[in-house]
Amino acid sequence: MALSVLMLMRMRNLFAVIVLFGIYSFLMATVLVALDAVDVAMTEAAVGAGVSTVLLLGALHLCKSREAKPAHRPWLPLAVALSTGLVLVYGAMGLPDFADPLSPIHRHVVPRYLQNEVQVPNVVTAVLASFRGYDTLGETTVVFTAGVGIIALLRRRKKPVAVGCAETLFALYVQFHGDFGPGGGFQAGVIVAAAMVFHALIFGADTARRVVPDWLVETMLAAGVLLYAGVGVAGLLLGGNFLDYFVLDVDPVHGQHRGIFWVEVGVATTVSGVMLKIFYMFASRDDANGESEQ
Amino acid sequence: MSLALHLPALQVVLPLISAPLAVLLRHGGLAFATVTAAAWTAFACAIGLWLQIGQAEGGVISYAIGNWPPPWGIEYRVDRLASFVLLLVSGMAALVLPWSRASIEREIPRDLHYLYYAMFGLCLTGLLGITITGDAFNIFVFLEISSLSSYVLIALGRDRRALTAAYQYLIMGSIGATFIVIGIGFLYLMTGTLNLADMALRIREVENTRPVLVALAFLTVGISLKLALFPLHQWLPSAYTYAPSAVTAFLAATATKVSVYVLIRFYFTVFGESLVFDKLPLPQIMLWLSLIAMFGASAIAIFQDNLKRLFAYSSVGQVGYITLGLSFDSVNGLTASIVHLFNHGIAKGAIFLLIGGLVIGMAKAGAVPPAPTFDRLAGLAKRMPLTSFGIVIGGLSLIGVPGTVGFVSKWYLIVAALEKDQFWLVGAILLSSLLAVAYVWRFVEVAYFRAPPVGQEARCEAPLALLLPAWLLVIATIWFGLDTSLTVGSALDAAQQMVKSGR
Repeated sequence: MALSVLMLMRMRNLFAVIVLFGIYSFLMATVLVALDAVDVAMTEAAVGAGVSTVLLLGALHLCKSREAKPAHRPWLPLAVALSTGLVLVYGAMGLPDFADPLSPIHRHVVPRYLQNEVQVPNVVTAVLASFRGYDTLGETTVVFTAGVGIIALLRRRKKPVAVGCAETLFALYVQFHGDFGPGGGFQAGVIVAAAMVFHALIFGADTARRVVPDWLVETMLAAGVLLYAGVGVAGLLLGGNFLDYFVLDVDPVHGQHRGIFWVEVGVATTVSGVMLKIFYMFASRDDANGESEQ
Repeated sequence: MSLALHLPALQVVLPLISAPLAVLLRHGGLAFATVTAAAWTAFACAIGLWLQIGQAEGGVISYAIGNWPPPWGIEYRVDRLASFVLLLVSGMAALVLPWSRASIEREIPRDLHYLYYAMFGLCLTGLLGITITGDAFNIFVFLEISSLSSYVLIALGRDRRALTAAYQYLIMGSIGATFIVIGIGFLYLMTGTLNLADMALRIREVENTRPVLVALAFLTVGISLKLALFPLHQWLPSAYTYAPSAVTAFLAATATKVSVYVLIRFYFTVFGESLVFDKLPLPQIMLWLSLIAMFGASAIAIFQDNLKRLFAYSSVGQVGYITLGLSFDSVNGLTASIVHLFNHGIAKGAIFLLIGGLVIGMAKAGAVPPAPTFDRLAGLAKRMPLTSFGIVIGGLSLIGVPGTVGFVSKWYLIVAALEKDQFWLVGAILLSSLLAVAYVWRFVEVAYFRAPPVGQEARCEAPLALLLPAWLLVIATIWFGLDTSLTVGSALDAAQQMVKSGR
């Protein structure tokens, strides 16, 4: 991994940079498997190595493939980055040992999480979708914001270079967020979208558009967040707190399962909607350029 | 279900739901109605919470989301300070949204209007969510929502430079957010909890460890980026200058203020005073950075040609006063910060709304509004008397003239400085106000004493829909300058609550 990052910095050819980026993501995925976080590893492989590589290549298609030489040597940023790194290392040295069962994170809130009151096979899902379900609603909203932001910015910009930059940024953003992303729904959404993207790559974007048209994608973006928030409001209406799954069924544990299920459906809907939307925006951008060049 | 019990959740959830609804409706007018209704209900919720706080036990309302008790679940926690900031943010949104209907007509293409409202709703959601939550990671999540939506809102500006400005803000903002999340990560590793109140209790055991100090440093830098503390302010002037007018007004009045709130929250609630203000020379650093901001940014403001950019630099300078109050580490200093956070919010909101009306009034029907540069503003007072006069009143408040809100803030800053026997600081505060006199005078001189360019003498006052909300804020800057019971009363309450909880 270190090697590929060093190579990344030296490279001037952006095509090679993107490929290296994909390799880096795969390596990261293996590290995550080693850390026993298989679900995150799957997301990393699908988003980092799969979808964002496609998106970055799409952006590359719109601009030049060689990086311009920087105008001046970036000494100040380098110094800032180095000192930040040193501070980080300084702080990390005082941290409890890795996997130390006596460290604070394992003694305070985690024991209750591990009791598995919610009775789902994966404890992580219970934490993400129930205990801290509100964060996940927030994250879904972040993904939604990114999606709507792309629509808002790309629908009006005509200049391809600016667009290329904006798209690259959002692709990076999706990549960055994949790591924080919530449980099953996120992966499912990404994989659905990845499937569609690959379908479109093979058979052309128009075929994909016929299967899942633009208006449907835009509706998906919004519907997922609404579904998630709706589950929360249902909790309110049934006499509980916001996002209270206990009241969704006579049996509290069953209520939890029902809540988690619908919430995950909401996440998957929004995530796949956003991914597809980004891809469509690219594809149509490409067509528009082709026409204007002719 | 009793509505009153669920106000904390509704406060954030209603604007959150309004955003996807706006996207589904796909119609500018309907989206406007949805998001505005949500903003007004949010304002009503904020007033409701404000009233509840008075009767709540210990002055704190706690709401367990998902019915998981904190620290296991996420807690919404409203105290005096949070409720005060909620009032400011939701009130500004309730005012700016109706204003923006008339202004974006000219600034944003029609087919994007519903997306603009959705983004506005999301930005409001994010800012409210940051303010009300009692959970560290939840702060980060809602910070992302508000940041991402504000990048997009800024990029919607008509000027092509808006995109570059948004890009710059995106890079700086993302670095800030990463620093914040690193800080929160360290704190979580050392305390094992993400709940702020719980963290405050558990942090005492590990007070002197390295990761906690590093967490403090990372949080400080990250949040300072967001609140545009002097050397980290570079994103702000361009962002404010090129964003659509309504966005500039809303962000200037709320976004940096909410970041200040987060800083106060971490400093006083989580770290408590002992650590922050004794183990690291933070007050000194804060003091000097604030002074540089007060003098440096105000001096730069004097030399700007674009009125929006001038007041953007003035914002950087005014943030200096807020952080100066923090550096005193006293009830009076904190009161000054909190009061100024509110006072500067409404004064700057008023100014930017008026400038928005000004550029639209100057533009020919249907044309893109021009940039408000000084050569176009000559003789403005004759053409737009109400707008010009409003800007002057806002300017007087930035200077700190008695009778305006600015005076109240500076009064408490000076009291806090005298308390610490820092007489030279009193001089510095007064001297820096002179710089504000200089940049406000530039506007007065051009607008009142220069003849309008030939052929442009006609009256072209901004439309009433734009003047009314702006003047409401102008009147508020005078009202709260004379009657300080609401602002100073709650700021003092909040400051006492914060300082007490820290000790």
